[in-house]
Amino acid sequence: MLAIALLLIVVFPALNALHVSIHIYGDHRLEVDDFTLNLWAKYLCYAILAISVDLLWGYTGLLSLGQALFFALGGYMLGMHLMLMIGKLGQYKSDLPDFMVFLGHTFLPWFWRPFRSFAFAAAMVFLLPGLLSLIFGWLAFRSRIKGVYFSILTQALTYAGSLMFFRNDLVMGGNNGFTDFKFLLGANLRSAGTQRGLYVCTALLLVGVYVGCRWLTFTRFGLIQRAIRDSENRVLFSGYPVARYKLFVFVLCGIIASLGGALYVPQVGIINPSEMTTDKSLEAVVWCAVGGRGTLVGPVVGAIFVNALKSWATRAYPDLWLIILGLLFIVVVVLMPGGLVGLPGQINQFLRSRSRRSDSDSPIASDSPAPASDAVSEEDSGSAELSALKGKPLAPDRV
Amino acid sequence: MSQRPFLLAAEGVNKSFSGFKAIRELSFYLDQGELRTVIGPNGAGKTTFLDLITGRTVPDSGTIRFEDEHDLTRMTADQIYRLGIGRKFQTPTVYTDHTVFENLYLSLKGKRGVWASLVGRITPAQRDRIYEILKIINLSTKAEWKAGALAHGQKQWLEIGMLLAQDAKLLLVDEPAAGMTDEETARTGELLLSLAGKHTIVVIEHDMVFVRQISAGRKVTVLHQGSVLCEGPVDQVQANEKVIEVYLGRSKH
Repeated sequence: MLAIALLLIVVFPALNALHVSIHIYGDHRLEVDDFTLNLWAKYLCYAILAISVDLLWGYTGLLSLGQALFFALGGYMLGMHLMLMIGKLGQYKSDLPDFMVFLGHTFLPWFWRPFRSFAFAAAMVFLLPGLLSLIFGWLAFRSRIKGVYFSILTQALTYAGSLMFFRNDLVMGGNNGFTDFKFLLGANLRSAGTQRGLYVCTALLLVGVYVGCRWLTFTRFGLIQRAIRDSENRVLFSGYPVARYKLFVFVLCGIIASLGGALYVPQVGIINPSEMTTDKSLEAVVWCAVGGRGTLVGPVVGAIFVNALKSWATRAYPDLWLIILGLLFIVVVVLMPGGLVGLPGQINQFLRSRSRRSDSDSPIASDSPAPASDAVSEEDSGSAELSALKGKPLAPDRV
Repeated sequence: MSQRPFLLAAEGVNKSFSGFKAIRELSFYLDQGELRTVIGPNGAGKTTFLDLITGRTVPDSGTIRFEDEHDLTRMTADQIYRLGIGRKFQTPTVYTDHTVFENLYLSLKGKRGVWASLVGRITPAQRDRIYEILKIINLSTKAEWKAGALAHGQKQWLEIGMLLAQDAKLLLVDEPAAGMTDEETARTGELLLSLAGKHTIVVIEHDMVFVRQISAGRKVTVLHQGSVLCEGPVDQVQANEKVIEVYLGRSKH
């Protein structure tokens, strides 16, 4: 794990900075050019978003379809600062951001003014998603909204958010959003050095979030979190204020997603309302499922793998990408309940059950039983969809 | 009758569900340290009675006093939980993905807030208490097993252990022998008998062999149509004509 962290934080950017090109064979070279590094920065931001989805879904049984909203809000908060830092270098040579001039604004709206300060924008990256998730979560968990209803509500929330940001009268750039950023803290965003610095920040944040969440899952809080996922009533009857535990996780995940979004924007160079639509949230859920939900490595692996696949497929077979994604999701749900990270264990189990079968020579016992840990408590033994919704790994024969 | 106040005293309790009288004029008294078995045919109101004690349902009239000073009919489920009344449901509800040890750890009496759960560490005293309970419920060798991997009977014991961990003064145990093998049933009986005296326990049960085992001369209460039909040692109850008529005469026993 440490080796991977060092690879991401130190080796990648160092290879990029020194323009090292390792000759492998023939024309194949291993090098980290600026484009590759930038692409990886994007993947790592998505990995942070994926962790926030999994901490809710895989660990607490709350399938939030609104995490893209918090991701985009974080991006917008830092984006507002970046827009103001363009200064007179925009198309219209005005102090106002280009889109405001274009829409006929003559002065900066009041809520834009404090964003001249980087510290304020950075604080808002925490505060706005934190506050929104606090209010939404408080209302939802207080009225004991759970399961599919929670998913639908979070989906509605992010849809409402994107509709709001599409409107020009919000003065947040409408459907074009923000782009054409120039400086961050005085550093030129177009320079390779700045981008490398941002990449290192992203890798550090990802490792920090990972370590923090890992610590969290080992505390008693983590135990209670998973207990809520498996048997919420029992937790209630043991005297735990379940709603407050859920609220804590929901706010924490809102802030984690927002931080990922804030680092995404200066590196990708654009933020618009399409980032907060429901399909973006769903994509993040697919990353978790593909990587392996209920683990912390899973979402990271899934986010990198699916996005790398997307980068390749949208170039090689642009029309087929959505079909590939859909097929991938179905294959994972039906055949690989533990996702990519669960695959070694699954293969192992398969081989063992095969050898057992050939030992006992009874073809009838071919269906390997679900591992004991997958047993759903009687209280929760509803439909398979419900189990999937609660983030529990499914045995293939139950799907 | 003892001079000490009853641990639990229900008087004149009524509860109807859309016209159906589930509990009528029920009076029930329980002494400290008793192991009481409640039997009765289906629909006699046994489970509703537990619901009323634990605050899951509110009675239409009557009082249910705990330790003489608390009126349970005016308290919420979690307040009642904090008084030290623990309930084991019919189907075992344990955390299947947690180890047996963790199941007990989460049930131990202590602070329940979010903050406490983040900074709190398990203390040696808590660890000792968990091992003590593991010994009582006969799961010492399975401390690191996932609870979901336990046999049905063992899950039931674990859940009783979880009630012990919460230091409940009153254990309400709903059909512990349901779905158990004969051997498991006998061991469950031993477990409950070993707890009698130290804890006050109310057991609801159908299985008459099991009832004979755990009541062993203790008082048995027969519920019928929402009120107490008769009370007394199991032999006396089984000889009672009214009881034979409504319940035992029709049982498979």
